[in-house]
Amino acid sequence: MKIGVVVFPGSNCDHDAYWALKENVGVTPEFLFHKEHDLKGSDAIILPGGFSYGDYLRSGAIARFSPIMREVIAFAEKGGPVMGICNGFQVLCEAGLLPGALAKNRNLRFVCKKTNIRVERNDTIFTGELSEGEVLAIPVAHGEGNYFADEETLRELEENRQILFRYCDSQGNVTEEANPNGSQSNIAGLVNREGNVLGMMPHPERACDPMLGSDDGLGIFRSLIASLQSVSA
Amino acid sequence: MVYSVEVNVMLRPAILDVQGKTVENALGSLGYSDAASVRIGKHITLELEADSEESARERAEEIAAKVLSNPVMEDFVVHVSQAAAEAE
Repeated sequence: MKIGVVVFPGSNCDHDAYWALKENVGVTPEFLFHKEHDLKGSDAIILPGGFSYGDYLRSGAIARFSPIMREVIAFAEKGGPVMGICNGFQVLCEAGLLPGALAKNRNLRFVCKKTNIRVERNDTIFTGELSEGEVLAIPVAHGEGNYFADEETLRELEENRQILFRYCDSQGNVTEEANPNGSQSNIAGLVNREGNVLGMMPHPERACDPMLGSDDGLGIFRSLIASLQSVSA
Repeated sequence: MVYSVEVNVMLRPAILDVQGKTVENALGSLGYSDAASVRIGKHITLELEADSEESARERAEEIAAKVLSNPVMEDFVVHVSQAAAEAE
């Protein structure tokens, strides 16, 4: 099994994702440079956090047109699992693989703190090893994570059960106080309609080792790995 | 012919412009309470080689829609004119 971690100029969580997968999950991934034209046989792709292309123009706007993204988009459209974390989520929205956009945080501040997110469903390839309603402690670190979509899109997201994670308090209550950035409906992560593309603002790769204060992110990566193993088995 | 293109990208009116709002509040506290509806966008200029103003406009609109703006959150306005050096 092969997991590809894309490296854009300005990515800064690529090594965190690599480390978490290798040391904590036990699957050594491969880096894919933004200028490359093939995914080297990857079974799943991770778009890591950071500030690709300095966040120039808009976060993710330039990365979306890099050579590797052409391959990632084709891979996703064929049903390949793609997971975008933070800046990776922004890239996926810019690329049109996920609906909506990520606007500036409501309070205009860069927010870097531990958040709680509630697992909304566990019948996806990213949450199969988790329980519905489970609360995960996973940190966020972003200036533009305020999820926005028009009302019709929001309705579709709810109807199709595309919202995978919502910001909540430690008890799992979805409250205004638990919302770190002003995201509509407390959306912290969502999948496309087909369920193979996930975008999330919190950083599960930064929560894979008890030494870092939480290993709640492990379940997401383990779910993905388990789903890949069941496909290849 | 080279054309000068100006593109203004603004957040859609329905979207709360937190930057604009913050500047507006600052203006109020500085005594400019007569200033209202502050909104902040991007002004982008570029030059385009094209056969006619119309084709330059078409090209510029395409660039603005595809790259310079995010249609989910932003609107844009394109102005095309003959580049200064050539107009002389």
